[in-house]
Amino acid sequence: MSAKHIETDRGLTSRMFVTGLLLVTLWVAVSFILFAVGLKTIYIVLIMVAAIVGQYWFSDKVALFSMNARIVTPEQEPQLHAMVDRLCALAGMPKPQVGIADTDVPNAFATGRSPKAAVVVVTRGIQNRLPDEELEAVLAHELSHVAHRDVAVMTIASSIGMVAGLVGRMALWGAMFSGGGRNQDEENFFLVEIATWLVSIAIYFVSYLLTLSLSRYRELSADRSGAILIGKPSVLASALVRITGDMSRIPTQDLRKSEGMNAFFFAPAFTKGSAAALLSTHPTLQRRLDQLAQLERDLNG
Amino acid sequence: MGFLDAVLGRTKQVPPKLDALFALPTAALTLQTQLDLVPSGHAGLCFKAGSGESTLTGDQDVRELLTLDEADGTVSFSTDDLGFTWFVINDDDIGTLVTRIHGAHTTLIEHGLGPRLLCAVFGFTPATKPGCGDVRLVYLTKQGTFYPFAPRDGDKRDNELELRLRSFVGDDLPMEPELSRWMALWGLPVQ
Repeated sequence: MSAKHIETDRGLTSRMFVTGLLLVTLWVAVSFILFAVGLKTIYIVLIMVAAIVGQYWFSDKVALFSMNARIVTPEQEPQLHAMVDRLCALAGMPKPQVGIADTDVPNAFATGRSPKAAVVVVTRGIQNRLPDEELEAVLAHELSHVAHRDVAVMTIASSIGMVAGLVGRMALWGAMFSGGGRNQDEENFFLVEIATWLVSIAIYFVSYLLTLSLSRYRELSADRSGAILIGKPSVLASALVRITGDMSRIPTQDLRKSEGMNAFFFAPAFTKGSAAALLSTHPTLQRRLDQLAQLERDLNG
Repeated sequence: MGFLDAVLGRTKQVPPKLDALFALPTAALTLQTQLDLVPSGHAGLCFKAGSGESTLTGDQDVRELLTLDEADGTVSFSTDDLGFTWFVINDDDIGTLVTRIHGAHTTLIEHGLGPRLLCAVFGFTPATKPGCGDVRLVYLTKQGTFYPFAPRDGDKRDNELELRLRSFVGDDLPMEPELSRWMALWGLPVQ
């Protein structure tokens, strides 16, 4: 691997790290302000809503930045644009922007708050590895994510988890302090604090698992819609096998750097042992191939 | 796709709209009087064959589907580099071209290929200098709208002519308002 590649990968990692750090800092800062200052409930809700809306509104910018991707014009990538043009015309949907990520990890993702403000991105890796027909199948899968408004659906789903955690915390605080709370001693205060943290962590965890299961369901839906759009489920299946096969041959080091973006990816970047079915954003390859095989039989029957 | 379909992640195949096709002969008159453009005598329709019922293994199958005579020299087939099938008809009369293209669409729809239809293309060329300043009118089958496509050497488009054409035939034809849908069709088999 040349020095240029190593540099690109380091840039990718730092971007991912900065983006992740910003997100975490944002939420930590928000909850710190909310609970330390003791704002009125209405302001807490307003701040939460603003943060969630901001995340949703800038989803395309954040994703493009963190993947080091750029928008390309039809002059720069005529073939890629022609494929997207035709798939959109077939599906009767507005054409999203098209982007390229200069990384060798073979993958693709779609982002953007609405079909009209969407961006579909493929990596150089997937562009170089897949034959045209299979790249078209991958694009159809990503366009289906756009048509299904998956960024909006997943943002709302994960927000519900955060709000549930917040509500749980506030309810517990309210219950503990409602009866003459001002006379509580230090020890009691500490116990209440621990209890509220445990409850909110439990709520976050459950909602996280539910969000992941929703994500897997959305992937299967996008597979199905994409396969129907190109009319050939077997071509999408073959693209999946090729990509996942290629990805497992690539050193784990490179792949782990992309894990934060898995929810938006065509195929997740696996690292050994981390891809337990319950904690994955994507269904297993077998599950996806089974669905496509069934679809192929349906279309032929 | 409706809101509920989007939220539930369901797909609905889009049925084609063919009604606006018959407005083309009127627009052709406008093009001749206003822009000196006459029909080139070529028209084509484009679709993507899929698996199963819609699988078409060769041109012979399409011919049979469209009940066309093998000896009919006015019809040709080709597959482009993106895997789409083109069915091209030659006829000097624009009215006949429209009728035949419409008939071909109807046959394909009857055989369950409706969702696989992409577009229909009609060629126009300057009456005084044929071949110099050609333009195609593309009919987006799923939208039921037209847009002009004027390819020039080196994968460039004559956008000025395209926009001028839109302003002249806008009254006769439903033109595609969304410019991002005016897709480029390089290597078009329709002259």
